[in-house]
Amino acid sequence: MSAPKSRTSMQSAWRFVSSLPIPGLVGLVIVVFWMLIAMLGPSIAPYEVGAIVAPDVFGALTTQNPLGTDYLGRDMLSRILFGARYTVGLALAAALAASVTGTALGLTAAVAGRWIDELMSRVMDALISIPSKMLALVIVASFGSSVQLLMLTAWLSYTPGAYRIARSLAVNVKTLEYVQVARARGEKLPYIACVEILPNMINPMLADFGLRFVFVVLLLSGMSFLGLGVQPPNADLGSLVRENISGLGEGAPAVIMPALAIATLTVSVNMLIDSLSGRSVRAEN
Amino acid sequence: MMPGGTSQLIAQRIGAAVLTLLIVSAVIFTITGLLPGDAAQQALGQSATPETLAALRAQMGLDQPAHIRYFRWLSGLVSGDLGKSAMNSLPVTELIATRLPNSLVLAGVTAAVSVPIALMLGIVSAMRRGSLLDRGLNLATLSLVAVPEFLVATIAVLIFAVKLNWLSALSNTADTATLGAFVRAYAMPVMTLCCVIIAQMARMTRAAVIDQLSASYVEMAVLKGARPVRVVLTHALPNAIGPIANAVALSLSYLLGGVVIVETIFNYPGIASLMVDAVTNRDMPLVQACAMIFCTGYLVLVLVADVVAIVANPRLRK
Repeated sequence: MSAPKSRTSMQSAWRFVSSLPIPGLVGLVIVVFWMLIAMLGPSIAPYEVGAIVAPDVFGALTTQNPLGTDYLGRDMLSRILFGARYTVGLALAAALAASVTGTALGLTAAVAGRWIDELMSRVMDALISIPSKMLALVIVASFGSSVQLLMLTAWLSYTPGAYRIARSLAVNVKTLEYVQVARARGEKLPYIACVEILPNMINPMLADFGLRFVFVVLLLSGMSFLGLGVQPPNADLGSLVRENISGLGEGAPAVIMPALAIATLTVSVNMLIDSLSGRSVRAEN
Repeated sequence: MMPGGTSQLIAQRIGAAVLTLLIVSAVIFTITGLLPGDAAQQALGQSATPETLAALRAQMGLDQPAHIRYFRWLSGLVSGDLGKSAMNSLPVTELIATRLPNSLVLAGVTAAVSVPIALMLGIVSAMRRGSLLDRGLNLATLSLVAVPEFLVATIAVLIFAVKLNWLSALSNTADTATLGAFVRAYAMPVMTLCCVIIAQMARMTRAAVIDQLSASYVEMAVLKGARPVRVVLTHALPNAIGPIANAVALSLSYLLGGVVIVETIFNYPGIASLMVDAVTNRDMPLVQACAMIFCTGYLVLVLVADVVAIVANPRLRK
């Protein structure tokens, strides 16, 4: 029984892939590439992450060091393969937390009474009016920088946006006839929220999750770039740009490569989402 | 004369913005005051004895309960007395006064450059919707909005400072007497900030114009035989002014995030780099003041976008 089922899911996956326009397809390929790098990166890295392998710092691209060497003569390719795990992993976790919380709260606000809705919407409006970078800077100034705190900040910053979208989707779905029928049937609120409404807002929420992911990657790598994010000896892609910034004057690949790595990740997610739904990133926050 | 409904609605929005600002100030004050260590401890460091600590706390007003300290801080904010920097005990107001004008100049120049370019790109791609040009621009702006500022900045430095040797990698704002020196000092920070903002603004402008172009009065003008340029410039554009101004104000609010990175990378002496330094040194009075300035700027821009949308849309006035 399981074989035909997996074939149909393969078929629908294939139908999804072949329906994408070219930019979306390119985006999908690069996104999959980065997910693989985040999972496998450290095991395929040619050198240890901290190993000094070349005599010259800020080296050019060679066959030994395909992406050059950094300010200590370490292999840039290996540094990026290790750093990608931080950037992708942290952003995935924080974006997932923000999307799930936002969806759950938005759904609750839509089906619960007017007072709960009003209260939650006010709190979210206040949260959304603190720019995410400001919130991150204030939190880091107060508590110092740690990975847990960065994730908490990203989660706090990007939950309100997900909440707003989830709430408006849920409010729309709620007025549809089959939900009215379920109400008339006497179904309980949790049933209506989870069985009737949630499945019909899952696709736009997935697209929104992609946007949250891009926001979080940009926020975390920005903080690391300022030296206020992931702390040494650990390094995400933003930290790699920072630690090599002194090579900028001589045009070292060590500065440009990790920055390019971040851009390919965020741009590809953006292209993929745009071809799904036509919504643009940074439309809010 | 504005109709009564509009001014009432605008007054409501302003009231809501002030209320939001109050909540934001409470959030910032709470976060920065959560840790047990305080400014008195930080100032005395290792030499703190319980007696000196208590004396300094009383002198700095830190022995008061939190809500009293909050209101004291708040009234200080309103009256311009922001306390003293924990690092060099200079008044925070003075530190900010030397840096804020620089940031405002940077933001002003960026706005002056980005708004015309973005509007042109947005309107042109809306007029040529679906053409190769439109799709190319769409892909370009879509990519640019997701690119981190420090990539744009590093590429700009590589091209203009390293390869072409036209500009220096650091922004030297001390010497802006001549136009040439001014351009050299501001070219790269402004270029970097413009990239993301132009992309964002052009996308929103395009959407606003297309929204108007699909209205029935535009169809009427087309059927009447008006030329495409005329349809866009005299029929659609006046009606799209509201949404476009809204897009401009919202896009400019992205400046607040971008400027933090740009001032740091180019060593530009603005308020954002002041704040980053304050965060690094955990200079709380300075962090609080800078955060409030940024949040206020953000709220003002969002408020302007809101008000413009109300004024421009007669249906919202009811």
